Formats: sequence, structure tokens, C-alpha cells
Amino acid sequence: MKTLEELMAIRDKTKQRMTVREDTGDDAIRIVVGMATCGIAAGARPVLNAFVDEVAKRNLKGVSVTQTGCIGMCQYEPIVEVLQPGKEKVTYVKMTADKVAKIVNDHIVNGNPVAEYTIGAIVK
Amino acid sequence: MRELSLNILDVAQNSITAGASLITVEVLENTEEHTLLIGIYDNGKGMSEEQVKSVVDPFYTTRTTRKVGMGIPLFKMAAEMTGGNLEIKSRLSVGTEVRALFKTDSVDFTPLGDVASTVVMLITMNTDRDFIYRRGVDSNEFVLDTREIKKILGDVPLDTYEVSEWLKDYINENTNDLYGGAENENS
Repeated sequence: MKTLEELMAIRDKTKQRMTVREDTGDDAIRIVVGMATCGIAAGARPVLNAFVDEVAKRNLKGVSVTQTGCIGMCQYEPIVEVLQPGKEKVTYVKMTADKVAKIVNDHIVNGNPVAEYTIGAIVK
Repeated sequence: MRELSLNILDVAQNSITAGASLITVEVLENTEEHTLLIGIYDNGKGMSEEQVKSVVDPFYTTRTTRKVGMGIPLFKMAAEMTGGNLEIKSRLSVGTEVRALFKTDSVDFTPLGDVASTVVMLITMNTDRDFIYRRGVDSNEFVLDTREIKKILGDVPLDTYEVSEWLKDYINENTNDLYGGAENENS
């Protein structure tokens, strides 16, 4: 059973780690998930959760996962945008939780966008 | 929407947009009367009487990018399909209350789904807001208040991965407890 005492232990452990962690700089990568009615109905919640899990599992620094409203192409939801200063925005469409690991590995970690999942590959 | 928990996530986003600092999500089940009440209450900027009337209209939205807003109409439809109803009370600069009543014994009742996931997502994606989550099954009740969690955490952010995992387990375990420790049949 999870208890508040456990939460206190998590707090203390995290505090120690926070002091050694360097703040994220200007080159931070932002993963933005569309979470309006259209996104949510199409399955954006598990996609967002999968990104949060994957980023945490790999202990990636300088990567944030955030949400936004309707991106404007509801028929291609769930939509995920990857924003990185100095690079062109990459838009992934019809996302599923299964595609997340590959995007994090290839794109976020190694800098190679997964072309087959992008809007350019799906919308002709 | 495949789960009512997704409607909750969707409707609560409106409270965020309305600038609410405190959002209460209530999920109250009465197993004897076969009813489920879902409430989302906020202290956001509120709506005028005119606006309250129009939000149930799918062709009303505050967005300027497009002319449809499906959030409330979908939620209303999910409630009415079961023989229940949806009501909205709102006052400008005071806040908004959305209440949906479901008949759980209706064949058209949409499963509640993963409410814990919805609540944790709302909390961790909006750490500058506060949330109260109240889950009741008959006379049993579980309440989570982020103001209390923040007091314990101090300057450790709510969106720390270990904290969000703890929150999810904490909510799930306490919810199962409400059903006498058995697995919640709705999720």
C-alpha cells in the first residue's frame, strides 16, 4: 500500500538528485502532444504517458514533454510535435504508444526524425 | 470517447483554459441506485448565461481557429444515452460547475476507465494549479488534495517521475479499497 511516508522518502531522494542535476539549457527538446477533444478522443493520453515513461526510463536530460490544445488537423490526431532550437519542427501524426520508443531512440536521442511517422509521409 | 475518464480529462482542460487555480474532480458511485455522478468544478473565469446555454451546442466554441467545440456535447450525449443528464452552472469571475449523472445499469453506459491516469495527467501537466480528486463508492470516500501533497514535497516538483508514479499507485490502491479491496469492475 502506498503511503505518505513513501512520498516523503521519494522527496528526500529526489532532493539529493536535484542538487547534482544541471539545469537544462537553451538546446532543450520539447515534445508537445495535442490534448484537445480531438486528440484525447483519438488516443493522445496513452501517447503522452508513453513519452513521459520513455524519457524517464532513459533518464534523458533537457527533454520536456508538454501538452497543447488543438493543433488544427483533427483527422490526423494524435499529433505530436518535436521542437528543438535551430532545427525544423517535426510533426508526427496518427501516433500510438507503440511508436513512441522508436521516436525517442531515433529522433530524440540520435537526432534522426522517424520519417515514416511524420505528416509528410502520411499526408500526400 | 471510449472511456468517461477521457471526457473528464477533456472537460477539465476547459477549467485550465479558464484560468482556474483550483479544480475539483468528483466521481461518486451509488451501487444501490446504479448511478454515477461526475462533477468538474473550478474557480476559473466563469461564463455568462448566454455562454452556458451555447456550450452544449457543438457549433459553439471559444476557439477562433475553427467553428466547432465537441467537448461538452460529447459528455452530455454520453450521460443522456444512459438516461442521465448533464447540467452546467457558471458565474462570471466565480467559476463553473459541470455535473453529469449516469445510469450505470444502462447498456449504453460508457465504462469509467482509467480515472487515475486522467487525474495524474492533469496534476503533473499543470503543476501551477491545484486539484482535489474525490472518489466515492456508496458511503466510502477517498480524497486527494494536491495542496497537501505539495506541502509534503516542498520544492520537489509534482511532475517528478517517481512522484507521478506514486500518485498513480496511491490513487489506484485507494480506489480499489473503496470497492472492499476487490478490483474495480469499471476499469
